Amino acid sequence: MKADIVIVGGGPAGLAAAIAAAKEDSNLNILILERDHELGGILNQCIHNGFGLHTFNEELTGPEYAARFEEQLYGLGIRYMLDTMVLDVASSAVTAVNSKEGVFTVECGAIVLCMGCRERPRGALNIPGLRPAGVFTAGTAQRLVNIEGFMPGREVVILGSGDIGLIMARRMTLEGAKVKAVCELMPYSGGLKRNIVQCLDDFDIPLLLSHTVIDIKGKERVTSVVIAEVDDHLKPVPGTEQEISCDTLLLSCGLIPENELSRSAGVKINPATNGPVVNESFETSIPGVFACGNVLHVHDLVDYVSEESGRAGRSAARFVKANKAGEGPVINIKNGNGIRYTVPSFVRVNELDGDLVIRFRSGNVYRDSYINVLFDGETKLHRRKPIITPGEMEQVILKKEDLTGAISEILIEITEN
Amino acid sequence: MEKRELTCINCPMGCRITVTMEGDDIIAVEGNTCKRGFVYACNEVKSPVRTVTTTIKVIGGNVDRVSCKTKEPVPKDKIFEVMEAINKASCKAPVAIGDVLIEDCAGTGIPVIATKSVSPA
Repeated sequence: MKADIVIVGGGPAGLAAAIAAAKEDSNLNILILERDHELGGILNQCIHNGFGLHTFNEELTGPEYAARFEEQLYGLGIRYMLDTMVLDVASSAVTAVNSKEGVFTVECGAIVLCMGCRERPRGALNIPGLRPAGVFTAGTAQRLVNIEGFMPGREVVILGSGDIGLIMARRMTLEGAKVKAVCELMPYSGGLKRNIVQCLDDFDIPLLLSHTVIDIKGKERVTSVVIAEVDDHLKPVPGTEQEISCDTLLLSCGLIPENELSRSAGVKINPATNGPVVNESFETSIPGVFACGNVLHVHDLVDYVSEESGRAGRSAARFVKANKAGEGPVINIKNGNGIRYTVPSFVRVNELDGDLVIRFRSGNVYRDSYINVLFDGETKLHRRKPIITPGEMEQVILKKEDLTGAISEILIEITEN
Repeated sequence: MEKRELTCINCPMGCRITVTMEGDDIIAVEGNTCKRGFVYACNEVKSPVRTVTTTIKVIGGNVDRVSCKTKEPVPKDKIFEVMEAINKASCKAPVAIGDVLIEDCAGTGIPVIATKSVSPA
């Protein structure tokens, strides 16, 4: 089998990448490989609203947002295969399996990695206690409730205040469950303010900051969890333990980009994001292999996923047409004070598709501070921000014409007053 | 005089806003740091509304449930009545995105519409 571009994954990133590539060049033969039985990825189970404010200027639910992209995809006649699992990615071939074709290899000119991310499971959190039924990741519970139509439990404690945990606190409450508490290890929530108000405050669900679960009890099924306050070093404080009776513990403790295929292909991974290191074209360390969406870095807004994936898809289309890697001077982007990571990691100015958008996350909460951008030590941008939190992705946009001099390094930093 | 404490949802600042009320009249709004906070606080104390998103039972479809939402936001204190009405209802496949599944949900005058399409089994 042959294709110009193979896209691994048909979620929001894969859809946007495919559409952008097809619009860049309508003659390209594009193929999406999706392991689920439908396109749309995680949007299918995100039935709440709030998607698309940036892209469509209206508030859509997850399935509605996905449907907008699927319609465009059908209109452009882009090929896709469902129930198809990609087994291996090499520089110009993708091997996959499904029940009709068996194992097959697609030779291709470019690959876009759009595998998304996974939730951090109990095993990765080292929560002590027994191993009864009733411990779920929040996303698993979301799928059970919203797609399968099952209630995972009646009395719930949630560990982690990321957006999925907050959304599930409301969802379980609406369906008749009692959510007794949301515990957050950090002294601040990683979720959006709007979700804290509309998912917890609306239903009087307590958010316990600097708290964690230190024991899970129950032999067959969860019967209770023990929570405790944590100190500045995130260690449980003796004497603060409380036992909460419940039949369900939901975990919303972070997302990890799913890069098994990227790693085995030899793609260089950024330890701060657990996603590939990419340049301005969202191209990985292997020429012709691109990455976008949550496999690259975990996003809080799908609108940004769609936008970045569009850039990745266009870059893949151009790579196929040019049939060679990009060239020209390279500017490295360095993380200064307070910056945990940036995407992209470096820029080839000649290859820029419009202005340069650098997205990044901070390592802490900063109030009344400044974001500075320095070109080789010289301040180019100094912008006041009332608040910067690790839970909300930040961005700076640099004009292409400002990047044309002999710059070797762009430094981004946060300074306090 | 009654004081209501709110958290503004417009940005990550999450300003704690105190609204002082005299009956239905707003006497003072304090704690907001911008105009958007003022508008949010006034709406939130006078007539808080929310869009309810949930799922509804499907008969004869290739899936058992389809996601749906209230077409407009409903009064916040009607959320559980809306949920009860949706959980008692069902719809028949095929369903197209945007189809009205309930005309007037729980006396709010607001319809419930499908947010996903469902093919027949």
